[in-house]
Amino acid sequence: MNAEARPAVRLASSSVGALAAMKGVFARDMKVAFRQRQDLLNPLLFFIMVVTLFPLGVSPEVSFLSEAGAGILWVAALLSVLLSLDHLFRHDFDDGTLEQLVLQPQPLFLLILAKTVAHWMLTGLPLVVLTPVLGVMVHLDGNSIAILCLTLLIGTPVLSLIGAIGAALTLGLRSAGVLLSLLIIPLYIPVLIFGTGTVAAAAEGAPVGAYLALMGAFLMLALTLAPFAAAAALRISLSNG
Amino acid sequence: MWQIFHKLGSPKWFFGISTRFMPWLLVGGIMLLLAGAVWGLAFAPKDYLQGNSYRIIYIHVPAAFLAQSVYIMMASAAIVTLVWRMKLADVFVKAVAPVGLVLTFLALFTGAVWGKPTWGTWWIWDARLTSMLILLFLYGGVIALDRAINDEKSAARAVAVLVLVGVVNIPIIKYSVEWWNTLHQPATFKLTEKPSMPAEMWVPLLLSVLGLYLVFGWLACVRMQTEILSREQRTRWVKEFVMKGRV
Amino acid sequence: MPEPLLQAVNLQCERDKRILFRELSFSILPGTVTRVEGPNGSGKTTLLRMLAGLNDAWTGELKWCGSPVANQREAFLRNMLYIGHRPGIKPLLTPMENLRALMAGRRSVPDAVFRQALQGTGLTGFEDVPCRNLSAGQQRRVSLARLLIADEPLWLLDEVFTAIDADGIAALESLLQQRAAEGGAVLVTTHHDLALPGMHKLILGAGGVSDER
Repeated sequence: MNAEARPAVRLASSSVGALAAMKGVFARDMKVAFRQRQDLLNPLLFFIMVVTLFPLGVSPEVSFLSEAGAGILWVAALLSVLLSLDHLFRHDFDDGTLEQLVLQPQPLFLLILAKTVAHWMLTGLPLVVLTPVLGVMVHLDGNSIAILCLTLLIGTPVLSLIGAIGAALTLGLRSAGVLLSLLIIPLYIPVLIFGTGTVAAAAEGAPVGAYLALMGAFLMLALTLAPFAAAAALRISLSNG
Repeated sequence: MWQIFHKLGSPKWFFGISTRFMPWLLVGGIMLLLAGAVWGLAFAPKDYLQGNSYRIIYIHVPAAFLAQSVYIMMASAAIVTLVWRMKLADVFVKAVAPVGLVLTFLALFTGAVWGKPTWGTWWIWDARLTSMLILLFLYGGVIALDRAINDEKSAARAVAVLVLVGVVNIPIIKYSVEWWNTLHQPATFKLTEKPSMPAEMWVPLLLSVLGLYLVFGWLACVRMQTEILSREQRTRWVKEFVMKGRV
Repeated sequence: MPEPLLQAVNLQCERDKRILFRELSFSILPGTVTRVEGPNGSGKTTLLRMLAGLNDAWTGELKWCGSPVANQREAFLRNMLYIGHRPGIKPLLTPMENLRALMAGRRSVPDAVFRQALQGTGLTGFEDVPCRNLSAGQQRRVSLARLLIADEPLWLLDEVFTAIDADGIAALESLLQQRAAEGGAVLVTTHHDLALPGMHKLILGAGGVSDER
């Protein structure tokens, strides 16, 4: 075959915009989740059960519960987000769709951001919605419940974002679930402290605007940095697999 | 410039050069530690509030100080690993992470021992103790992740990402723990104020800190050499080293 | 000589303290089909993953159209199609939804094109059935339907003949040749006896690497 006989290569130069790609990732994750609804319920049931353990294990007294309630709910929410993180990349890794995600001609951190937003809407957001019910059950007053929901609303996306880094780092490893908790729990401590601290401050009648702003700053920081770290971690894990 | 940089990254070069200055690190470190300990334990004046029990700071403070700076050193090495993929940098991280863990544990342990006579209890959720406990978790995570990944290069890079994520979080953790502490127990316990410490107390402390740094340097070199030997076991220079006992 | 699409210079890859290959250099010219051969464990899959950019634990140089891949990652990815061992198909989604998701980050493709591609791979009537209800061979065909809508000139195909029946293999072979005739380039690993006219071979193995025609 001589060179003239070869037809010229046609290179494609344009791809769809990053926003369309993110929408695609988001829509796919939502669709997959709603085809397997049981998986959506699991973190919620876990959340409810952990909260139930405290009155049974410590004390059902109103005075204890109303004081510790916000902390209990925050810890339970944190644990159930942690529980759900293992799924964030694992199924995609097993069936090969994660490889195809990484090979899209798009900035990977944006695609991961889209996945994380989907994860939050499927786990963190339902927890926030469920919080008022559980708040009543642990005898929190109305104002505390409102503030608690607000802190969870700002805080749970941070949990998902930081968690994505851990999920990406432990992808494909043996006993990834336990390892993931070891890596991630220390990083969750500031969010937990400010989440419960804000409710405590509100209960004492202190203004909480500044605390909420600080939590908002955590969220902004996590939004800007975590997807990059998760993208780097994902490449490393895939490279190993 | 680049050649020097690459030379610095060469495990063989490091092996040769470190063997030469390691004895100095060890001897210098032990002398400083001894000087600090003897001066601090025998000659420094008693604390007017705590009596002799404060003297544990000659172990506690250097351990705590180093435990934190080892993490910072690891983070610097992590950047080098990720950006330049220098072999020596990830050897360093892998070699010193357990040392950092032990130092953090030592700081916590001596803190608890000090707490018993000072606060009347082994453990309180003091801001500093709590942040050290979280630092212990961070070290534990780094070591666990390193052990969990079989492939050495992937392990190095994954650990580097984790260390960097951790180092971004350390100031946030410290700040939030301090805030949490003031929220829950407003200034119950106060340690001796640093600036008011007389020179006879802080000079031996400084010696101990410096001494521990040097001993740490020696230990890091030993552990790095071991790691290098196991990684490069199939190269010619390692075989020759094993046969002849020198590089 | 036309300019090579993909050029590898002195690739070396080490895995778990074992050198898979070293000083591996080759060029992938437009209009060629290249079969990567070698015994099990010789690094065929690793090589393809390296070329695709999934594995970055290697040293050496990779060039796309003459300049380093690392400097033009997105342009390279836009022109490269990789299908690996794992098919990249979500079992819970239908073939149509899977194809939509796979193409979402690349270019917008009307549904009619997807339907046509699925028909072309013999999946008529299965377009809206969740993939987990399909057989292994049919699932494989879903991922191969991408080849029918691909405008990417470079294809990296790892063991794509697995689980496909004789008709499917024949169709796939002619598809590879057609891509080459259009000026594309195909790299393929397979255990199936693939012998296309003018096919190149890239042989990996314990005794080093040779590049034969």
